[in-house]
Formats: sequence, structure tokens, C-alpha cells
Amino acid sequence: MAYSNAVREQFRNTLKEVEEAGLYKDERYICSEQGVEIVVEYPRGSKPIKVLNFCANNYLGLSSHPDVTAAARKGLEERGYGMSSVRFICGTQDLHNSLEKRIAEYLGKEDAILFSSCFDANAAIFEVLFDEKDVLLNDRLIHASLIDGIRLCSAQRDSYKNADVGHLEKKLEMWKPRARNICIVTDGVFSMDGILAPLDKIADLADRYGAMVLVDDSHATGFIGKTGRGTPEHFGVMDRIDIITTTLGKALGGASGGVVAGPREVTEMLRNRGRPYLFSNAVPPPIISAALRVIDLVSETTKLRDKLEWNARYFREKMDAAGFRLVPGETPIVPVMFGDAKLANDMARELLQEGIYVIGFSHPVVPMGKARIRVQLSAAHEKEHIDKAVDAFVKVGKKLGVIR
Amino acid sequence: MSDELKKKILEYIREEYLEDDSMELKDDTPLISSGIVDSFSMVSLKMYLEEELGIKMTDEEASTEAFDSVNSILVLVRKKLAEKK
Repeated sequence: MAYSNAVREQFRNTLKEVEEAGLYKDERYICSEQGVEIVVEYPRGSKPIKVLNFCANNYLGLSSHPDVTAAARKGLEERGYGMSSVRFICGTQDLHNSLEKRIAEYLGKEDAILFSSCFDANAAIFEVLFDEKDVLLNDRLIHASLIDGIRLCSAQRDSYKNADVGHLEKKLEMWKPRARNICIVTDGVFSMDGILAPLDKIADLADRYGAMVLVDDSHATGFIGKTGRGTPEHFGVMDRIDIITTTLGKALGGASGGVVAGPREVTEMLRNRGRPYLFSNAVPPPIISAALRVIDLVSETTKLRDKLEWNARYFREKMDAAGFRLVPGETPIVPVMFGDAKLANDMARELLQEGIYVIGFSHPVVPMGKARIRVQLSAAHEKEHIDKAVDAFVKVGKKLGVIR
Repeated sequence: MSDELKKKILEYIREEYLEDDSMELKDDTPLISSGIVDSFSMVSLKMYLEEELGIKMTDEEASTEAFDSVNSILVLVRKKLAEKK
């Protein structure tokens, strides 16, 4: 047997290092459906308790929405559980095609292509579109999946400071004579700070220097912008962003599935050469069916995203008034800053005892000395849920000396 | 020349990579292994040195180890400058 005691010991030591660095991921068990009121068993083995969830990417509250689960059930009954195939062999149902068309239309793009996850979409795209003659310029705070995708590609690469268009321009100037194509790569909403990439200014620079723009809008699709089309809509540049990657795993139902939306040649190249697309199973029928219903829901009315916007503003105002330090912004991602990692984690632990489920984030997920609790609002939160959360923050914050 | 060169490199790194002026940067501060310089943007430091000093470094020479502190960068750069002469 090759898995010797020495190998086991080596891996155990690595895990010990992870634990000692405070980076060990301790999963909490949820014994109910995903939603605002959930039942959590934590610490492991203790009696499950009812808490309010303020850390899900369930922005529109669709994860367990009755219309969405009914559509998933319909998909399951009419089209089965799985496809047992990749798309190009026998894994494409007519509904896959319908969903891709609907999403493209929703995002204002020529075409769209589905992946198992947005991680897969981001892992696929760069290698297919760019090579050593090209340059990828990425924001330094882009999501891990974009970084991995860029690593898989032979293009030249450079990065610019977070949301810093002045720095980006310097980079464009420097690389312009050295590249066939330049592509600027950014998140639409940066998930740890809840701030938006300045896509209007980025689009201006892209025009000036003849660069393409790729935006991962996973933390925006469905709710940022007047009608929820995402960060490009917020900045009025829907027609000036070339490629959008996004997910079905957050606001749009929260199950799984990723998307690339953009020019037809791009989606066709991905269909023919995207390795995560070619070599992994088609998204299963219940998810496709549910996602089609989700696109109906977010296209028919802006009710959910409007409520989410109200909730975020209300929470920010109340927390601000209570004396907490927030990263200013307008998204439903609200970082409450504590600086010290232990303090952030103590706050989160005590808040759970008060019935509020949030998580502390510290280095290296966020910069050293900028530990925080990232609160995420949902359209499924009611005013009284938010009041209860703020009251709990105030109570624990006073106890731990964060506020007076 | 040496001190001036070191000053230049420190200045460039501060300007190009540090998000925060309060962050300490010394000759032996780990740059890449500490995450101050991400491997994607190391290339701009390489290009800066090449243009500024009129040298050319191969990808093998400009390794993440060679670029991991101002001191190790100076070792490499001095070697390239000597070769130029």
C-alpha cells in the first residue's frame, strides 16, 4: 500500500499547520432547508438550534422559494434526475438550450453557455481565448477561480490595484505595444468588501486602449442594477462589457451551475474547446427547469431586488447609527469591521448564541488587521429579522467592548 | 550606485504593490512568499528592472525565489550588470 504511515504523518502535519494558522474550515451542519430561519448544529454534536441566517449568498431568497422548488420537481418528474453524459455526446436537452438563450437575453448578450459551476466557467475561458501573444490584466482582488483560470492559460499576465483605474491605465499603456489582445479581468462586486468595480471607467479605458473586458458578476447577477441585470447595468455599460461570467449558485436559486455570456464566437469556442465544459456532465434537468423559472421571476418584476436593496440600506443605516464600523457601499454584502481576528471570531460565536448566524473572516482571506464579519442580506429577510440582528450585534458588541 | 539602486527598487515596490503606506518594507522582507507581490504582477517588476538598467533576464533567472526580497533581487541584478560590462 502506497499510503504509508509516513505519508499519513506528512498530511497530518500539514493539517496541523492549517489549524495552527487559524485557517481550519469547521463546517456547521444545517438541519433544515436553506433560508432565513435555519436549524444549525454547532458546535458539532450539540442540540440543533434555530437561528437567522445572515451569511448565505441567497440574495433573492430563491434557494427554497416554492415556485423554484416546484419547477425543480417538475423538471425531475418530466426530464429525470441526471443526464449521464457530457453535453456534446447525449447530455443536451432542449431545455439546456432554452436556458442558455434566456440567460443571454437577460444579460443582453448574443449567446450564453452553461457550466457545472462558475468556477468551471472561469477555469475554461482564458485558455480557450488567449495565448502568449495576449495579455490579461486583472484586478488584484478577483475571485480564486479567475486566478486559477488565468494560471491555466499561456497568456502574459499582470495585475492592477483593487478598483484603481489610474493603476490600470498605467498597465494598459505599458502593455499596449506588447500585446495582440488585452483583456481586463475583474469581479463586478468584490465579495469580501461588497464594493463595485468601476465598470464605467474601466469600459472607457478599454475603449481607449482597445482592450476587452471580462466581468465575473457572480455576486451581482439578479439584483445589482435597476432591473437586476448586474454591475454593468448599474453603471449603464451593458453593451460595453464583452464577456460576463456568473453563477446560478447565488441569487439565481443557489443550487449550482455557471454561465459565460458574450459574443457567439466565444461561446462556440468554449463549446468546442473548453475543457471543464467538454469533460464534465451536463447540468442536471431539475436545476435547468428551476433556473428557467428563476429567470422568469427575475425578469417579470423587480420586487425581490427592490426589497433586497431596501433591506441592505436599512441594515447599513441601523448598524452605522449603533456605532459599528462598516465598509461603505450599496450592496447587500456588508462587512462589519473589527480589525482583530479573535474579536471578529468571538463576535460571530456569541452572535450565534443570540440566534444570528454570521461568520468572521480574517487573514489571509482578508488583509492582515482587517478582520470582519461579512453580513449578507437577503430579500427573504423581513424588517423584524434585521432588527433582531442589529439588536444582537449591539448586545454582543457592548459586551465585548466594540461599541459603547 | 548600489544604495541608489536599492532605493529605486524599494520605491518601485512600494508604489506598485503596497496598498497601504503603513506597511513595512525592508531589504529582506519576503515579497512573493508573503503575498506582497503576487506572481501575476511580478512581471512588471522584471520589466521595470530591465528597462531601467538595460538588462535582460530569462524567465529561469527571474524566478520567484530570485524575486523574493530586495536583497535577492539585488544579487541577480548585480550579476546581470556585471555580465553587461
